[in-house]
Amino acid sequence: MRARGKLLPPLLAIAILAAAWLALGMLVTNSYYQLMLTLVPIWAVLGLSWNLLSGYTGLVSFGHAAFFGLGAYTVTIALTGYDLTPWLGIPLGMVVGVIAAIVIGYPTFRLRGHYFALSMLAYPMALLYVFEWLGYQEVTLPMKRQAPGFYMQFSDYRVYVALAVALLVAALLVSLLIERSRFGLSLVAIKQNEPAAEAAGIDTLSWKMRAIMLSGAIAAAAGGLYAVVLLVVTPESVFGMLVSAQALVVALFGGVGTLWGPLIGAAVLIPLSETLQANLGNVVPGIQGVIYGGAIVLVVLLAPEGIFWRVRDRLARPHATAPIAELPRASAVAIKSPDAPMKTAADAAPLLTVSGLSKSFGGLRAVADVNFEVRTGEILGIIGPNGAGKTTLFNVLDGFLPPDAGDIHFAGQRIDGLKPNRICRLGIGRTFQVVRAFLRLSVLHNVVVGAYVATRTDADALAAATAALGQVGLLDRAEAPAGGLTNKELRLMELARALAGNPRLLLMDEPLAGLAAREIEDMLGVIRALPARGATVVIIEHTMRAMVRLAERLIVLDHGRILAVGKPSDVTSEPSVIEAYLGQKWAASRAHH
Amino acid sequence: MGSLGTFLEIFLQALAAGILVGAIYGLMCVGLGIIFGVMRVINFAQGEFLMLGMYFTFYLVTSFGVLSLLGPVVGPYAGALLAGPALFVLGYALHRFLISRATGVNITGTEGEGHYVQLILTLGVALVLQNGGLILFGSTPELVRTPLSSRAWEIPLLYDETASLFLNKARMVSGAVSITVAAALYWLVNYSRLGKTLRAAADNAQAAIYMGIDVDRAHRIAFGIGTGITAIAGGLVATYNPFQPYIGLDFVIIMYAGVVLGGMGSILGAFWGGMTIGLVQQLSTLVLPVQLQNAAIFVVFLLIVLVRPQGLFGRAAERI
Repeated sequence: MRARGKLLPPLLAIAILAAAWLALGMLVTNSYYQLMLTLVPIWAVLGLSWNLLSGYTGLVSFGHAAFFGLGAYTVTIALTGYDLTPWLGIPLGMVVGVIAAIVIGYPTFRLRGHYFALSMLAYPMALLYVFEWLGYQEVTLPMKRQAPGFYMQFSDYRVYVALAVALLVAALLVSLLIERSRFGLSLVAIKQNEPAAEAAGIDTLSWKMRAIMLSGAIAAAAGGLYAVVLLVVTPESVFGMLVSAQALVVALFGGVGTLWGPLIGAAVLIPLSETLQANLGNVVPGIQGVIYGGAIVLVVLLAPEGIFWRVRDRLARPHATAPIAELPRASAVAIKSPDAPMKTAADAAPLLTVSGLSKSFGGLRAVADVNFEVRTGEILGIIGPNGAGKTTLFNVLDGFLPPDAGDIHFAGQRIDGLKPNRICRLGIGRTFQVVRAFLRLSVLHNVVVGAYVATRTDADALAAATAALGQVGLLDRAEAPAGGLTNKELRLMELARALAGNPRLLLMDEPLAGLAAREIEDMLGVIRALPARGATVVIIEHTMRAMVRLAERLIVLDHGRILAVGKPSDVTSEPSVIEAYLGQKWAASRAHH
Repeated sequence: MGSLGTFLEIFLQALAAGILVGAIYGLMCVGLGIIFGVMRVINFAQGEFLMLGMYFTFYLVTSFGVLSLLGPVVGPYAGALLAGPALFVLGYALHRFLISRATGVNITGTEGEGHYVQLILTLGVALVLQNGGLILFGSTPELVRTPLSSRAWEIPLLYDETASLFLNKARMVSGAVSITVAAALYWLVNYSRLGKTLRAAADNAQAAIYMGIDVDRAHRIAFGIGTGITAIAGGLVATYNPFQPYIGLDFVIIMYAGVVLGGMGSILGAFWGGMTIGLVQQLSTLVLPVQLQNAAIFVVFLLIVLVRPQGLFGRAAERI
């Protein structure tokens, strides 16, 4: 993701492009080329709409023909059946597109990956057969000679070029605004690591719904204009698999997840296929498809990430990442300090109360009737051998898994059964055993995603993220891509992401795993400072030694049950704890001495 | 003899048709399922493999005298079975020279990134095969003729001497061949050494490499087998369903629906998924107009997937 805020260059580029396209449209007199100049923007808009959902969130849709076709048929049926002008028919089609997106999105977003992609394929296919059955095999838009302009029918083809360009500009502007806002960054975060986004307080379902609704509206607009331009609509031509394929091919070909990709793809592929069709289609039927398919294969092998990225990588200088200009200085941002003076942990009120909590997987009771509380301002350690149920406990606490029984109260509010992003919103942050980073984003943007939950404006989010980076000592790495960090830096970044949401309780799952001795010391220093800044900490760790030095109280879990609770020194001398850790024999031999 | 009896007769007829069509759908789904299960490639060219299997069978039966030796009854089925090894070679080569450049071990590791490339690559391959087929074979619909397609076994229904079930012989034999081939593949994958290699590569490519398994080779073989199996199914369909070079589009969606229904990665599941599609398609004609039988497939497909995202026969496995 590029630096945000600098809107002027892309706006200028869009303006220049539109002007050039219009000028070309005005100059060209050949009606065939005029049709081409109209079709390229229409397919580019469909590609942009696909890109908005699938390019940014990574949820590949094979079914964008559903929205395109509904837009086309809404315009057609409105005109033939109700004498409604396409000027209103296209907006109406967009409304239908949004409704379809809601109906499709809610159930289908429960699926992931290939299942999502293939299920999306079923919607346009079902619609195709339904429309055939309804008797709309081939609908021709009637000519309205008395008021052609009112019915969007123009004898001068250049008006269609202008309409298509206007639609393209609108779609580009929408995409640009999304790309440069928290909307876009949230979608990219979902693409890179959905559970991490959810844990960072991003309401993933709601963002995905917004994305598909917008995407559906834009695709429907493209379909509506397509019907107006071609004047004939058949189920195969608007709901067919080739339409869905076209949406994704132009975007993938040009460059996924970019503003310009779909346009580049459409501008290359549509004229290519149409020209081949016109010139070779009659000579050797099929040769155009062979060449077109061959061209796709070739480009995919040579530029698998799409033409846009390929060209950009060529042009970009070695130090590609531009400095993030608007990064505030760390000193300028006040780091939130606790309002109340620190109390000792012992007399503080419980921040989190867990009672009777159980979670089973089949016959395995991963968490069995667990009761404990976390006091405000303490560092509580949870230890236990492998498979004791520590991570499952965290997953239940922050909403990734629903508990089978029991309840969880946080700051006086019952939170069990809430989704992770809601729980994050209430003030519980989380880091993972295996770091869940948005690897393709910069360190700063990773942390900004975590800051959205606690801030209203994007500027505040940036400031909070910078402050959090300062707190963990990672400010000098702010612009580095997360993919290039060391393990320690990744762990610190994940901690900063959690802190940027200003949590009152922080759940840390093995933050020391894989760190060298000296790195452990650094990490311990950062964690020790957290309560003073208003965050209560619960840590899972394997290594008893570090925990004894860090935690004020320890909970020992074994086979899903709490074995012991208390001060580190007391807990570690408990025979049952020693037995769980080191085995019965060792405990017995020790008891003799 | 009331209307209930008549309905029962129609129902049984549709049920039988569903099972017979379902067995062939099941076989094609198994072909796609093994490709999908082992390497998680979304292969849009699978419909074209089916089409190639049809034409291979057709030309073997009509143009090469060899098969006339076997007679008009056995010939078409022998042709369909021969399409398997022939298309295996094509699939193997296609993977070796094209698909492997976009998939392979290094890409399966990353989320999302690799899929795009494979997807669009197989779309390109599908376009080439479809249109290349048009150039080579022409657009006239063909059919592999067998005298069996106009013969039927008549099975009397015991509750009424006037009612009976007609089972088309061509479809019966096609169904039986499908089940046999699917069973053979099931044995191969689950009990042979090669099958163990394939399953290891599918389960955890990285770990399989450390165990000394040539994962790339396993992928090539799986792709070849998947291509060959679907081609056999194509040859069988060709004995009762007229076809042209674009017929793949009609079937690729059925195949994907079946594989997803069955739960991705399970051979048996893919077969039952295809069977479910065949049954839904045929039984829906009892209550819906014929034009909607394909819409019914997709509606049932969506309902099942949304209720049971892991498919009818798959297991959910996701860890946070």
